Amino acid sequence: MRIAVCVKQVPNPDTPAAVFRVDETARELVLPPGQPLAMSPFDEQALEAALRIRDELGGTVGISALTLGPDASRSVLKHALAMGADEGVLLADPALLSGDSYATALALAAAVRKLGAVDLVLAGRQAADTDAGAVGIGMAELLGWTAVTFAKEVRVAGATARVTRVLDDGLETVEAPLPLVVTVSNELGAPRKPSLRETMRAARKPVAAWGAGELGLAAQRAGAAGARRVRERLFVPARESHCEFIAGATPQEQASALARCMRDAKLL
Amino acid sequence: MAAGVLVVTEIALGKPVAPVYELLGLAGRLAAGTSGKVEAALLGRGIEGCASDLIARGAERVYLADEGALADYEPERWVARLVRIARESGPAAILLPHTTLGADLAPRLAFRLDTAVAAGCVEIARDSGRLLFTRPCYGGSFRETLSMRTAPAVATVRGGCHEAAARDPRRKGEVVRVEASTAEPAPRMNVVARERTVSDGMRLEEARVVVAGGRGLEGADGFVLLAELAQALGGAVGASRVPCDLGWCPHSMQIGLTGKTVAPEVYIAVGISGAGHHMAGCGNAGNIIAINTDREAAIYGQARWGLVGDYRQVIPPLIAAIREIHATARKSE
Repeated sequence: MRIAVCVKQVPNPDTPAAVFRVDETARELVLPPGQPLAMSPFDEQALEAALRIRDELGGTVGISALTLGPDASRSVLKHALAMGADEGVLLADPALLSGDSYATALALAAAVRKLGAVDLVLAGRQAADTDAGAVGIGMAELLGWTAVTFAKEVRVAGATARVTRVLDDGLETVEAPLPLVVTVSNELGAPRKPSLRETMRAARKPVAAWGAGELGLAAQRAGAAGARRVRERLFVPARESHCEFIAGATPQEQASALARCMRDAKLL
Repeated sequence: MAAGVLVVTEIALGKPVAPVYELLGLAGRLAAGTSGKVEAALLGRGIEGCASDLIARGAERVYLADEGALADYEPERWVARLVRIARESGPAAILLPHTTLGADLAPRLAFRLDTAVAAGCVEIARDSGRLLFTRPCYGGSFRETLSMRTAPAVATVRGGCHEAAARDPRRKGEVVRVEASTAEPAPRMNVVARERTVSDGMRLEEARVVVAGGRGLEGADGFVLLAELAQALGGAVGASRVPCDLGWCPHSMQIGLTGKTVAPEVYIAVGISGAGHHMAGCGNAGNIIAINTDREAAIYGQARWGLVGDYRQVIPPLIAAIREIHATARKSE
């Protein structure tokens, strides 16, 4: 079986927000030079889910890592290959970039079609930069496949996937026939680190680069031109709070003072 | 140009979840002064009685689909029915609560309607005829305002960001039944098991007081103390992402960007640093109280009161002080 995993390059989520600068005119976040970029953590977990399926089913499982982004995104493919993916696909054509969830899902769905014989698409539940959570589900809609969201565990037996989903009030296990799109949540657990052996092998694994033309996408439907959402503004939310620190020589005194503050504000 | 707003109702325990009333309040403000109506889509089984509730909360028309096949949320059937409702209603925007159901359903609906979705909005405004959607991004550290080139715009809205529509039983509205079509889609996935996390009865999203713990609790034991404090305050216990990922508490307790959104009157954050992805789930709380050993923690920037100290030493006397205040208040009544 073939699994396609969609991975996105984002600013390292551990980077403190204060490091970023907002370019109000371009309505974009500016990352100072030298700040690290990383694979979006949910996507890393989606790749981990694919690797676990291969661990269980053995060598017949092929894993392709797909990314849409600027040329620098090649490094997340390298990371995916070092984690254990078999091949990479880079969609770095400027005509495909700066789109919204719709344009991105359209390009990735076209790439899945071009790969051919894909049984399972795995993606993070949302990207760690836009936090939108629409691309994976959108790909399923565009491919005419089923989407199963917020997976904690993904297993495949024959032509059926068994997925445990995280709900607001617990867990749910569903079965769905392949082909399928599954979006993976952080509850899946920590992704593996690239091993030295895989990192050495990664350099020899193939990476294809496809443009809008190869995907059969007309220019007006791709990237920024095809986007349906327009970012009008990007800003830092205002903080209105002024914190009053509770004084006290001992924890008991602090606790009593806090309880009095709550009482006086009629919160008890 | 379409100006109406359609609210998709999520039902729990036989009644609309609290964010639905907030969506109706928001829809009323967005439709005010326009030719557009406030409408609601009500899908489920045995939920017909909720229609009058939605009308009392401001829905001028309720599209009702009450049948066994819609009893539990199942995306294929729900999306197909909602597409028909959306085509009939022709709204400018379709609003859903930003819950697991809403986050699963909204993108499907948007793509099926060949339009776009804004997820996890905290604000929606009308600006010279068009709608602007403001939402947290980059893990909650930044916000973006979006406009849409296609209609209807689909949006999920975070709980606690908007005032709920007041209930007024004198309001009038019509109920339109949307029956199953002859070509009803078959579910494409089959639920084989469901495991509900049993909480102590109170829904985290509806609690007036929430006591939440983070990495600073340093272990599962801390939640026992937090539960005791929550009990003294008549509240519920939540958590940031780290304790859930480390297995100190169930994921159903997670508050934040990928967890629940709460807006209680009092939010006590214990051992929580205040990262953007957590604040995206609790930033609208009325009063944030932070207890942390690190005086430089970002959480203090958003707190009304800060207490620098070790929660193990502070919380037991805090529980005692709260109980004492309660006892005094009861005596004087």
